[in-house]
Amino acid sequence: MPGPAVSLLLVWMLLLSIGLQGIAMLEITQLVKRYGRNDPVLKGLDLTVEGNSVVSIVGASGAGKSTLLRCINRLIEPSSGSIKLNGDELSNLHGQALRQARRRIGMVFQGFNLIDRLTVMENVLAGRLGYVSFLQAWRRRFPQQDIERAFELMERVGIAQYANKRADELSGGERQRVGVVRALMQEPDILLADEPTASLDPVTSEQIMKLMHSLAHELSLPVLINIHNVAQARTYTERIVGLRHGHMIFDGSPAQFDKAALEEIYGGIEAPDETTASATAEEHHG
Amino acid sequence: MTPNSAVRQWRKPHFIASPWLRWGLILGVAAYLSWALATLPFDWERISQGIPRAARIFGGGFPPSFERYELLFSGFKESFQIALLATLLGVLLSIPFAVMAARNIAPRPIYLLGRAVIIVSRSFHPVIVAILFVKAVGFGPLAGILTLTLYSIGFVGKLLAEEIEEIDWGQVEAMRAVGASYLSTLIYAVFPQILPRQIGLSMYQLDSNLRASAVVGIVGAGGIGGTLMNAFGRYDYDFAFAILLVIIAVILVSEGVSGWVRRRVW
Repeated sequence: MPGPAVSLLLVWMLLLSIGLQGIAMLEITQLVKRYGRNDPVLKGLDLTVEGNSVVSIVGASGAGKSTLLRCINRLIEPSSGSIKLNGDELSNLHGQALRQARRRIGMVFQGFNLIDRLTVMENVLAGRLGYVSFLQAWRRRFPQQDIERAFELMERVGIAQYANKRADELSGGERQRVGVVRALMQEPDILLADEPTASLDPVTSEQIMKLMHSLAHELSLPVLINIHNVAQARTYTERIVGLRHGHMIFDGSPAQFDKAALEEIYGGIEAPDETTASATAEEHHG
Repeated sequence: MTPNSAVRQWRKPHFIASPWLRWGLILGVAAYLSWALATLPFDWERISQGIPRAARIFGGGFPPSFERYELLFSGFKESFQIALLATLLGVLLSIPFAVMAARNIAPRPIYLLGRAVIIVSRSFHPVIVAILFVKAVGFGPLAGILTLTLYSIGFVGKLLAEEIEEIDWGQVEAMRAVGASYLSTLIYAVFPQILPRQIGLSMYQLDSNLRASAVVGIVGAGGIGGTLMNAFGRYDYDFAFAILLVIIAVILVSEGVSGWVRRRVW
C-alpha cells in the first residue's frame, strides 16, 4: 500500500500530464486571404476545432479549402486574422519559431509529396526533420526512439515491409500511407489533410479515409480534411464545414448535411477558379 | 466521292506567314553571303601552295610512331590528373553556385550573385581562361586545373540551377510543413531530385574536361596538349599523329563509359 503522500504525488503527476497534454484546440478567427488586389479567397473565416474530432471541409474548387489549410501551417501567408493552436498565435511567427510551430501540425497532401528517390523509411523519418540537427538529418542518424516509432506506425498502417524500398515503387494507396505516417511522426497536435484521397481509386480512397478516421481516434488527434467526396465526408467525419466563395455557409453534423446544404455549397455560379490557381503558383515560386 | 463536296486542298502553312518577310529574309541572307565571299581575302595561290604542304605533314605522320611512349604516357597521365581534379573540384563547387542561382529556392540578391558567377565563368572559352591562368600562376598543370574547374562550375552550375528550378515543388512543401530547416529541406527535398542529373552532368563534364585538357595544354597549361605542341614544333609529325590517335581512342572510351554510367542512373 502506498502512503497517502505517494498517492497524492501520483494523482498530482496524473493531473499534470493531462494538463500538459491538454485537449488540442485550433481557433481561427476572421481569417482573410487575398492575393494581390483580387477578391479575397477567404473572407473573414471563423472556425474552432476541439478534441479528437474529424472535421471535413467541403466546397467547390476555388472555394478556399486548400488556402484555408495552407494558412494554418503557413505554407500560404494569411492576409489578416488570427490562427491559434492550443492558445499560441501562429499567424505572426517567423524563422525558428515558425518551424517549431509547424512541427506540431501534420499535413497530408493530395499528391502525397513523398521524396520519390528516397526510401520509405527516409520518408517516414523526414517527419522528424523539425526535431533533429542538420548533421543528424544528413547522415540519417535519427534517435533510437524515432526509429522505434517509425516501425510501430508503419506496422500499424501495414507498410513496414517496404521500409527499404524506394517511395516511388509503391502503389498510390501505399504511398499515401507513407504520407500519413510521415505526418504522424511529427507527433502533431493536429493533422491537416488536403484532399488526401483525390489521386486514389475509389476502393483505396475508402481505405485511406477509414485509416485516417481510426488513427484520429487512437491518437486523440483532431483532423481537418478537405474532401470532394461528400459520401466519404458523411461516413468518416463527425462534422462537416461547407465553404463557398471564401465564406463558411454550413457547419454541422453529417446528419444535418442535407440536400439543401449540398446544393447551397456546390450550386449556383462557380467562384472564379483562376485566382487561387495562379496566386498559389506565385506563392510557390516567390 | 461524297456528294456535294468539292476537292479540298491542303498545304502545310509557311513557317513565316508573310511572303514579303519570307522572301526578304531569303534574299538578304543570299546577298550577305555573296558579299562576304567576295570581300574576304582568299589568296588562291597560297591555298594551292598549302595543299602539298598539308600533304607533306600528313605524309610525315605515317606511320605513327609510338617510340616515345613514355613521353606519351606521362603527358596523358597529367591530362587525366588535370581533368579528374578539375571535374571533382568544379562539380563540388557548382552545387552551392547552382543553389544560389536557382530562382525558386534562393532569395533575389543571392540569385543575382549566383547567376553573375555562372555567367562570368561561362563567358570565355577555356583557352582564353587558360592563357590568363598561365600568366597568373605560370606554366604547368595548376593553370590547367584552375581553368577547367572554372569551366566546370559554369557549365554544371548553369544546368544544375535550371534543374533545381524545375523540381517537383510538392516535396519542398512537404519538408517545410514538417518544420525542416532550409538546409535539411535542401538535402531531403531538392538534392535527391537533381541527383541523377548531377551524376550525368559530372560524367559528361569529365569527358569534356579530358578533351579540353588537351586543348589548354597547347597554351601551356600542362598535360598531353603540351606534348603535342612540342612534337609539332620539332616536326615530329609521326609522334604528333600517334598522340592524336591516342586522344581519339581515349575520348571514345571515356564517352562509352560516361554514356553507360548515365544510362544506369535513373
